[in-house]
Amino acid sequence: MSAAPEWKNPVVRWIDHRLPVFTFTHHSLIDYPTPRNLNYWWNFGSLAGVVLVILIATGLFLAMHYNPNVDYAFDSVERIMRDVNYGWLMRYMHANGASMFFLVVYIHMFRALYYGSYRAPREVLWFIGLFIFLAMMATAFVGYTLPWGQMSFWGATVITNLFSVVPFFGDAIVQWLLGGFAVDNPTLNRFFAFHFLLPFVIFGLVFLHLWALHVHKSNNPLGVDIKTDGDTIPFHPYYTAKDAFGLGVFLIFYFAFAFFAPNYLGHPDNYIPANPLVTPPEIVPEWYFLPFYAILRAVPDNFIDIWGILPILVTAKTAGVILMFASIIVLFFLPWLDRSPVRSARFRPIYKQLYWLFLADCIVLGWVGANPPEGTMLVIGRIATLYYFVHLLVFMPLLSRYEKTRPLPDSISAAVTPQGSSQSAQAQGA
Amino acid sequence: MTRTFKRIALATALLAAFSVSDVSTSRAASKATPPPPQDWSFSGVFGTFDRAQLQRGYLVYREVCAACHSMKQVYFRHLVDIGLSENAIKAIAAEFEVAGEPDEDGEPTERPAQLFDRLPSPYANDNEARSANNGALPPDLSLIAKSRVGGSDYIHALLTGYLEKAPAGVTMGEGMNYNTYFAANQIAMAPPLAEDGVEYEDGTKASVDQQARDVAAFMTWAAEPEMEERKRMGIKVLLFLIILTAMLYAVKRRVWSDLH
Repeated sequence: MSAAPEWKNPVVRWIDHRLPVFTFTHHSLIDYPTPRNLNYWWNFGSLAGVVLVILIATGLFLAMHYNPNVDYAFDSVERIMRDVNYGWLMRYMHANGASMFFLVVYIHMFRALYYGSYRAPREVLWFIGLFIFLAMMATAFVGYTLPWGQMSFWGATVITNLFSVVPFFGDAIVQWLLGGFAVDNPTLNRFFAFHFLLPFVIFGLVFLHLWALHVHKSNNPLGVDIKTDGDTIPFHPYYTAKDAFGLGVFLIFYFAFAFFAPNYLGHPDNYIPANPLVTPPEIVPEWYFLPFYAILRAVPDNFIDIWGILPILVTAKTAGVILMFASIIVLFFLPWLDRSPVRSARFRPIYKQLYWLFLADCIVLGWVGANPPEGTMLVIGRIATLYYFVHLLVFMPLLSRYEKTRPLPDSISAAVTPQGSSQSAQAQGA
Repeated sequence: MTRTFKRIALATALLAAFSVSDVSTSRAASKATPPPPQDWSFSGVFGTFDRAQLQRGYLVYREVCAACHSMKQVYFRHLVDIGLSENAIKAIAAEFEVAGEPDEDGEPTERPAQLFDRLPSPYANDNEARSANNGALPPDLSLIAKSRVGGSDYIHALLTGYLEKAPAGVTMGEGMNYNTYFAANQIAMAPPLAEDGVEYEDGTKASVDQQARDVAAFMTWAAEPEMEERKRMGIKVLLFLIILTAMLYAVKRRVWSDLH
């Protein structure tokens, strides 16, 4: 890392002497040493940041025209679509942006899983990331209620009811969340307030995430620590250029949905105004919640017959809710479940295979979540749920003990530059 | 490099697989036959509405559907979009009486509808609608093309999918009609379209199929009136982004060339 630059502009120098924003920016965005071998999977962090900004910007304009009242909410959304200038553009970018945010963040998380980015010393970085994910889920959930369509209403009813399984205080918590005994106007009002607040909480968490990132710097595909200056390159212009190109590709994908298939990822039922008296044939969440929905419904109603004694402790519904929350909480323990001496799956022949199985398992869960929990689907859902936990709680610790890892390169530069590899060859020869 | 792109392609395919499974399940939920896909002027990236068809469709709605179905999200002023002149719309609107401001004595008044009014609803409220329709509530049609799987294909299929007699073995509810494409095949709505049930001004033969096609197109317009503008802008935006991204790729290559 080079020393702070000499600021030539007198105004910049005057400000920087009092509040070193320019020096800070220079260190964090321009001079910032980044591993030279990051691949395109490392683009998704900055992409998530860009999508968050797009969501906040479009959301601000939507909030100017939206009316959080059960009698007007649906119509006000339609007014945005029909009469507000470019309202349709704001709304479709916002709705599809939410899907894109989850897609980008899921890829970002699975990248961390593959290359062991959650391992020491980046555990807190990983935690903050998981808190961002939880905040995203809450934001997306309350946001989906706002258009006040059938899925909005019934999704809100189902999800808020999950909290009724909390011992002793369950019903009180549900009433407190809803502001009444059912999803109604008070619910919509407070969900709107939360939907406006939470993105800024996410924004704050993103800053903590970046702060933690910049302490130990990015992990890299080799999973070895940065050792010398030769291992890194300055963030600008190398990664600004690479991120800009990645952003272009991503925007093409995102806008292809927003302009040409804006409702493809949504559910048709949400264009029917909310009706507390009519339950839709199926209540299905948005695609990004489907794996968790499958876990929630993996515990069958005939649980009592199968387990005999367990239902005395918890009912099927309670067990489902516990499993669903556990599926995320278990991720917090990942840095200690995985104790392999090696971070990156590149040098872990067995973990590499199991990683893809785990990814496939999550996709299967998503597919099951989209279907009614009956027959074969339920069986597949239960097996996939079981495998989800077995992978994280059993395979990860066992692998770190028994897996024979492949030898690591001496350093990043030794592995990826010709000079570096010739140097290390000489070193080995000597 | 190629490996990276293969992986991006894989991720894309996975996303697509997710959403396809979602759509297919909502279809599987009902026992109804999926609607056969039709040729629409508005399908595809470059598709646009056929103004003459929209006007025919509006006629079918006005003379047939509007007897029971509201279209609350559509205002008379929106009809400029389907190619009707302002004077023509004013003339159509004036045929309807809507509630006006209370008069000096506070008595309710009525006045002819104007451009800024919604298309008038046939019933004062849902209860009246149910009472007039044997307990069934005719849904609002403003968003029907977006709120049903299959959209315009489904509307066309439903309107032409009636069977005079239910197939053997099917017990029909009282006052219900058999429809191949409706969920569970029993629909309260009687077959609404008749051969030459309306008279088209442009001389098009008003077959049941033609009326169904036209009114389905009209309802698609009503559900997404922004569609043409959206596609036009989308093409420009994507072309711009493709060129920009190609240039950014060249920049990236140039910047990284001293490292490779």
